[in-house]
Amino acid sequence: MASEGVDKLPEVGHEQVPVVRSKVVWLVPVLRLLAFFATLSATLVMALNKQTKTIVVATIGTVPIQATLTAKFQHTPAFVFFVIVNGNASLHNLLTLVVSFVCKKFDYKGLVPLTITVLDLMNVAFISGGVSAAAFMGQLGRDGNSHARWNKICDKFETYCNHGSGAIIASFIGLMLMTSISTISLVRLRNNYNRIVLNSSVGV
Amino acid sequence: MSLLKRIPLFVLRLLALGATVSATAIMITSRDTADVLSMKFEAKFSNSPTFKYFVIVNAIASGYTLILLFFPAKSSCGHFILVLDLIIALLLDSSISACLAIGQVGKKGNSHAGWLPICGQVPKFCDHITGALISGFVAAIIYFLILLYSLHNLMNLFTISQD
Repeated sequence: MASEGVDKLPEVGHEQVPVVRSKVVWLVPVLRLLAFFATLSATLVMALNKQTKTIVVATIGTVPIQATLTAKFQHTPAFVFFVIVNGNASLHNLLTLVVSFVCKKFDYKGLVPLTITVLDLMNVAFISGGVSAAAFMGQLGRDGNSHARWNKICDKFETYCNHGSGAIIASFIGLMLMTSISTISLVRLRNNYNRIVLNSSVGV
Repeated sequence: MSLLKRIPLFVLRLLALGATVSATAIMITSRDTADVLSMKFEAKFSNSPTFKYFVIVNAIASGYTLILLFFPAKSSCGHFILVLDLIIALLLDSSISACLAIGQVGKKGNSHAGWLPICGQVPKFCDHITGALISGFVAAIIYFLILLYSLHNLMNLFTISQD
């Protein structure tokens, strides 16, 4: 049976297998573009997160002694992990976007779509780890912990905290987009697998 | 699904149940008191929202695994269960990541923020948290194995289809 424009299999007594070449081909690349922008903005906003503040520590006579305190993202390992993971994910999104434009027949069979789907799942796991660590670290900075005698720092470094919150929100959006990309790819792989199984059982 | 395919999945789910239940139990029983300058202060897991989140997520995961152990394997719900497995695996992953971040601050402190480490004063609490984290790690890894196994069963994911 030659391949037609619309792949519809004959009745084999099981359920009708849906069309393989889906009509909404542009869905996954668009989602990937949005996820790329989300993770890239999260990386950049957190990596450039820095605030310097001069506060008066003591007064000797009439001369106030000032101390310059800096809040940088490198001070917290959770934020360092966040930047690394989001950078990794944005690079992955960019590369798979390029691959999906270069390969004209992206048919969800063979080794390449499988590798991309597995890498997608791995990046989703990494991002979920990074974003939750950064979110709880930010909560600790915002509220402090009275039981451990840890003071909150967000009242002194407001810009730092706001930038950090923005980066975490962007990363959450990227996480949701990448999870939906993974789910859609898995569903399409399953459809392809069903088509192959039914084809081989019919004996085509 | 044939019995040969269901047995490894059942064993994996049993291991995951053990890991999540033990992670919850170890975290709940973590408690230590310290006498600092004649002031008693007590470290419990409920002092930190992160550890409460860890307990909640592991409790949800253990309940879910328990229900799925007695679930007959019908392939009609197989894909829905796969999506739920993915969600639970991601939640477990995020809970251990958050606890690691807070635990690292507790162990080493953060000199830039003026946060002193607390593990020197409450060592039993820190040991319990470490044990719960190890259990949580094992649970997350086993859940990812369950995910890979279900993916391979449902759609023969790891054989290269030549067509």
